[in-house]
Amino acid sequence: MRKLRALLLRLKGLFSKNDDFADELESHLQMHIDDNIRAGMSPQDARRDALMKLGGLDQTKEAYRDRATIPFLESLVQDLRFTLRQLRKNPAFTITATTMIALGIGASVAIFAFVDAALIKPLPYQNPARLLFVTESNRDIPRAAISYFDYLDWKKQNRVFDSMDVYGPRGFAIATPAGAEMVPGARTSDGFFRTLGVTPVLGRDFYQGEDLPEAPQTVILSYASWQKRFGGKPDIIGQPVTLYEVPYTIIGVLPQNFHFAPLENAEFWTTLHPALHLAGTCDARRSCHYLNGLARLKEGVSAEAALADLKRIAKDLEAQYPDSNRDQGATVAPLSEIIVGDVKPILLLLLGGVGLLLLIACINVASLLLVRSETRRRELSVRRALGATRTRLIRQFVIEGLVIVAVGTIAGLVSSYWAMQILSGLIPKDMMVGMPYLDDLGLNPRVLMFALVLAGFATALFSLSPALRLSTLDVREGMAEGARGSAGKAWTRIGSKLVILELTTAMVLLVGAGLLAKSFHRLLQVDTNFETRNLVTMRLRAPLSTYGEDPQAVALQRKLVAEIRTLPGVSSVALADTLPVNFNGNTDWIRFVGRAYGGEHNEVNQRGVSSDYFTTLQANLLRGRMFTDAEDQSKPQVVVINQTLAKKYFPGEDPVGQRFGDTQLTPKSIKEIVGIVDDIREGPLESEIWPAYYYSLNQQPDITYWVVARTSQAEQSVMPALADAIHRIDSRITVSYMTTMTARINESPTVYLRRSSTWLVGGFAAVALLLGVVGLYGVIAYSVSQRTREIGVRIALGAQRGTVYRLILKEAGVLALAGIVIGTGCAIVAASLMRKLLFGTPPWDITTLVCVAVVLGVSALLASFLPARRAASVDPISALRAE
Amino acid sequence: MTAKTEIWQGTLALMILKTLDALGPLHGYGIARRIEQTSGDLLSLNYGTLYPSLLKLEQEGWIVSEWGVSENNRKAKFYKLTRSGRKQLEREAKEWNQTTAIVARFFAPLEEHS
Repeated sequence: MRKLRALLLRLKGLFSKNDDFADELESHLQMHIDDNIRAGMSPQDARRDALMKLGGLDQTKEAYRDRATIPFLESLVQDLRFTLRQLRKNPAFTITATTMIALGIGASVAIFAFVDAALIKPLPYQNPARLLFVTESNRDIPRAAISYFDYLDWKKQNRVFDSMDVYGPRGFAIATPAGAEMVPGARTSDGFFRTLGVTPVLGRDFYQGEDLPEAPQTVILSYASWQKRFGGKPDIIGQPVTLYEVPYTIIGVLPQNFHFAPLENAEFWTTLHPALHLAGTCDARRSCHYLNGLARLKEGVSAEAALADLKRIAKDLEAQYPDSNRDQGATVAPLSEIIVGDVKPILLLLLGGVGLLLLIACINVASLLLVRSETRRRELSVRRALGATRTRLIRQFVIEGLVIVAVGTIAGLVSSYWAMQILSGLIPKDMMVGMPYLDDLGLNPRVLMFALVLAGFATALFSLSPALRLSTLDVREGMAEGARGSAGKAWTRIGSKLVILELTTAMVLLVGAGLLAKSFHRLLQVDTNFETRNLVTMRLRAPLSTYGEDPQAVALQRKLVAEIRTLPGVSSVALADTLPVNFNGNTDWIRFVGRAYGGEHNEVNQRGVSSDYFTTLQANLLRGRMFTDAEDQSKPQVVVINQTLAKKYFPGEDPVGQRFGDTQLTPKSIKEIVGIVDDIREGPLESEIWPAYYYSLNQQPDITYWVVARTSQAEQSVMPALADAIHRIDSRITVSYMTTMTARINESPTVYLRRSSTWLVGGFAAVALLLGVVGLYGVIAYSVSQRTREIGVRIALGAQRGTVYRLILKEAGVLALAGIVIGTGCAIVAASLMRKLLFGTPPWDITTLVCVAVVLGVSALLASFLPARRAASVDPISALRAE
Repeated sequence: MTAKTEIWQGTLALMILKTLDALGPLHGYGIARRIEQTSGDLLSLNYGTLYPSLLKLEQEGWIVSEWGVSENNRKAKFYKLTRSGRKQLEREAKEWNQTTAIVARFFAPLEEHS
């Protein structure tokens, strides 16, 4: 206690100046002199005697000061003040060094935060390492789903699991004040949450047997759903809720931190309730695979043992049910792999990338510090000569490193926060839904710890490199300012190689970013053969109970089109079963009437559309006519084909009036071609155009389809009115995925992939360029500082300033050129490896290569200009004076 | 060398406390003179070494200081024993007596011999 009090007082003493003691000493001396004079001494002798008895004025003051403060800290504070003064005096160095550190640490921390959220932070389940994802497998699909009856057998017969359960996604239409809405949900077996080790925060879990057909229908809410739809009211337990026209009872609410990525943001968790009484349904058939398994391993059982056991059961089942279970095997995987397996390699790659950047940044700063220590040789030698210990001088460097790293780390942490925002912004909303673990991305203690470790590593590097240099410092040599130690030359050699490496990296990344950007641009220029702007799209689903019969369905389709068309801001509207710029697929195998048929697969896209579809999309009709609204089930079936189908199957013929049907040419499948439309792009932007035919939804009606509305004003302003109009027709129709066609295209996987990789690679490239340029500057500046005397001699012997400029710029130019040449080679190789990502751009795209080379060359020139100017302005007299 | 100083340091603190206990509030110069006199000039004391010890005692709260006026009308800093300082003195004096008594027993026969 007393020791602590004394320590605090001494700490306080560090920052206060003690004039009091000078007064006290003065009074002490005066009293002593007074006594001495009284004893008969002369005033001079009296003073001398008093000072002698005291033991020296300065020694006393120093001894007193040592006790008043803490000597070690005292000199530390001195060094700190000195460092801050030094850094302030040299803002260019300070800003460059701290920016490097901030960039390196900021990028590393941001990526690490993602790694932490996805890979390090444990999943919110009990002992998640023992959870397995379990499914069947077959010859074509390694991870196929599991059927209800197989699940029951596996659950009963296995000897390796504490428990096994199944789950599957399920959407629900629920009534809201604004009309019906599609809500994501799930159906699980009764023990699902017990297997995960999750308990509801409110209410209860499913009872055993609550997933059987005869059990009452119950539902557990996600926390978010409870808050959003039920106002977070605690009396919600026992309340009824209607999902898809079926009444359910709410029995529980899940914890706030619960998430289960495979089921995305499911709000309503219900039990299986297999429809076993309906013979044809999926539930009732052993061959219908639609569930995913989840199991908790028994203590001491390995995943391999579990797989072997499941394979044994699968084999038994194969023997028992050869019809449905032929070649049905089993597969297991850690649950965490199913949840984060996709992002793991990407994240680790990114982490490696930022780690490399950080390393380069640190090497650069270390090289800048070396340049500085070189210009401070004299100062250091003088301090050595005046008695500063080596430890004291080394401590000076440690403190300097600490200050730079501290400032850089703080700036880095701030920028990492922004970087995280930007990076999560690069992930489209649809994908984000599948990564709920990223929700609490941020600077948690683990991430801060990581930053601290990086900072410690950087500080060590920075204090070490000048300190090592210092050990070669000879006092006499240093003061003579003439010496060039062999260590200096060695560093210039290593440094040059590092700079070439840095410039090569920058070149590769810049070329990559350039090629990706160009591909991205090319991709967006792809002609879709329809007008993508001012289109609103949304998905509808009408209740089966009312519109299950064809006449009602057709009537609803017509009514929807008629009502929406009259809305202000809407110029035309159409329905389609599949949207364009989406996917190739949903195909039909066709056979032409009146042609020889050898069983070939004439596979073509088939699309159901309403009569105004082509006019709404503003697609070009090339021949024939479009559909009329009057063409319904009472008329013969007609189709419009695209140009590719016409070219492929009717070369040199007029397809209009020709007919085709299914492979058996069943009479009711026969359709007549009435028109040819320009190739509307059905698949992704980068893919080929497939042959396609369009049929009329009036002739084959449906209750789920997309609405495509052409607006005459900003799309966003029309959206609310569209939803209202649909709900006025029938409030039970669900409206989902309402967005614009341009947004859909921008968020589509092909476009997203290139956009995000362009930004990512571009970001890395920018940082690498900056680092490379600073590295070049560091090495050239160091070399200039080493060659000051030589340059002085040259100038004294009559060398022109221009010659000196050339000398230094040549040195830099050689490095830059080496970087560019090697970089170009590596870049072409790297680009060939990522050819899949490129679109309409060859890996050796000459414009990109030239542009990048010029950017790099100019940056290198700028970086070497500063040291070159310093070299050219060397004063020969002062450079040679030391000789 | 260092071991000697440490012992000396501890003893000096004890002497200071005892002096202040005996004479009441006193300035540094006065304390130094008093210690010298009491030791019968056997101790050659650098007056300057007194001040770090005074500061240490003050930091630990055994003594407090205050500016005042000396008997010869000089401005001087006076040191005064605190209550806890007095207790500390008692403790240390006891310890000292014990230590010296023990050491004395070791030396007793030797003394007789010489």
